[in-house]
Amino acid sequence: MTALRDRIIPVAVVVAAILAVWYIAAIFMNAPYQRELNDRAHETPDLRAFIGQTWAQNKPTLPAPHQIAENFFKNTFQVKITSRRSLVYNSWVTLSSTLLGFAFGTVLGILIAVGIVHVPVLDRSLMPWIIASQTIPILAIAPMVIVVLAAIGVTGLIPKALISTYLSFFPVAVGMVKGLRSPDILHLDLMHTYNAGKAQTFWKLRVPASVPFLFTSMKVAVAASLVGAIVGELPTGAVAGIGAKLLAGSYYSQTIDMWSALVAGSVVAVLLVAAVGVVGRFVELKMGARP
Amino acid sequence: MSVSAAAASAGNVARGAASVSSGATVVSARQLSLTFETNDGPVNALADIDLDVRKGEFVSFIGPSGCGKTTFLRVIADLEKPTSGTISVNGMTPEQARQKRAYGYVFQAAGLFPWRTIERNVTLPLEIMGYSSAEQAERVRRTLELVNLTGFEKKFPWQLSGGMQQRASIARALAFDADLLLMDEPFGALDEIVRDHLNSQLLELWARTNKTICFVTHSIPEAVYLSTKIVVMSPRPGRVTDMIESTLPKDRPLEIRETPEFLEIAHRVREGLRAGHSYED
Repeated sequence: MTALRDRIIPVAVVVAAILAVWYIAAIFMNAPYQRELNDRAHETPDLRAFIGQTWAQNKPTLPAPHQIAENFFKNTFQVKITSRRSLVYNSWVTLSSTLLGFAFGTVLGILIAVGIVHVPVLDRSLMPWIIASQTIPILAIAPMVIVVLAAIGVTGLIPKALISTYLSFFPVAVGMVKGLRSPDILHLDLMHTYNAGKAQTFWKLRVPASVPFLFTSMKVAVAASLVGAIVGELPTGAVAGIGAKLLAGSYYSQTIDMWSALVAGSVVAVLLVAAVGVVGRFVELKMGARP
Repeated sequence: MSVSAAAASAGNVARGAASVSSGATVVSARQLSLTFETNDGPVNALADIDLDVRKGEFVSFIGPSGCGKTTFLRVIADLEKPTSGTISVNGMTPEQARQKRAYGYVFQAAGLFPWRTIERNVTLPLEIMGYSSAEQAERVRRTLELVNLTGFEKKFPWQLSGGMQQRASIARALAFDADLLLMDEPFGALDEIVRDHLNSQLLELWARTNKTICFVTHSIPEAVYLSTKIVVMSPRPGRVTDMIESTLPKDRPLEIRETPEFLEIAHRVREGLRAGHSYED
């Protein structure tokens, strides 16, 4: 009961407030076009009917929540998952390049961090470039990556994954630099008294000490990877994927499709972040964290 | 040689104390100085320290904060480099001694690795030093028994009390065969009751293992209770003001702290601290 009162009710109140604002906003945003339609059809509905019409347009400026829910439900559960319309299929396409890019990005981020921590020259030379790399808008980089790679014959999953890599290596690199430098002076002194080598200090002290930092930054990185994968689908003229759905939706003013693709994207993001969180928690428990 | 001078000046207290200090020299410092360069100018952490620690001795270093007692321990351990003077550990430089794994160091905080069980914390130095896993298991069993932690092998550090954690860190320092144990206020963060208990356990352990122990503390009763030799230090610059050979027998029940002999030594330590202006400011 306390769980209900303390956790569910606050969330429910916020959700209800958002839905209320959304429905009201939908009325006002869809009203001009609806009025136009009604004028042309010489209809004069009363207020109630008019509001109902603004919530039931085919291509609304702002779809009402139930329209999105309906579309999402239909394209997720009622369409065969092999169909081009299926959100499961499109999510899977995006997910596969997200995961590949995330894996690349995590490995790259860790390698960069190891280099920065152990080689003073890299610490000074690499870090400014890494930070600068993240100030360039991904939307500007993405088409160039796709075009350049296509020119040398690399197409398909890899170019999209590389855009995810570009976004996801950064949080991992920064987090791991911090993590690998996180051991106490006391622990480092202790290893020194054992006359431990650099490699032993790395594997027995720095790496385990960095694990919590790794999972925290991986949570950020996996969400960034998904953004990268979606953005990567936009300039490629990709035929499938959440990004492709968004693009197609905007071409044909299928706003409801766009919104339900967005919802699919957020569901994937939540699942990915939660999955990293669960794995992280599992590893930390294995490593003796307090339950 | 201020060692012999101090011993001579020890007068009546030093009578008949030589029972344990007849072994070979383990640590020998001559004119040892260390100056830290800080933003506020140089700080003389150690000035002209002359000191010998013999095999089997239990030497306490006592003094207020900033007297250099921890710094001296860290110089022995090759965690700090002296600015001038000489120091030898087992007849070698501190660096060579460290490379030969000549000492075990117990820090003020237990410093256990939180991701390792107690057992795996104790095997840490053994893994680094390349002991076989059978040998590791045997040594873990032996050293945990020595510090009364048998049965806690699979626990993680946070599941143990502060005193038990510190005992585990002592086990870790004992796990490999270093004859010299350097202890930097190991019981400083513990309450008095636990500290009494650990002190008597430490004496027992010392008697059983015949190690040489250098022990930093700022507790007068602790220093007098544990030591065969007490080095009184004072700050600015860090130096030795008195060196007291204890006349207490090797076998020391906790009640020995009520005897006149004990109180006499404690009094002299206090006098030494006062002479070093340690009670000022």
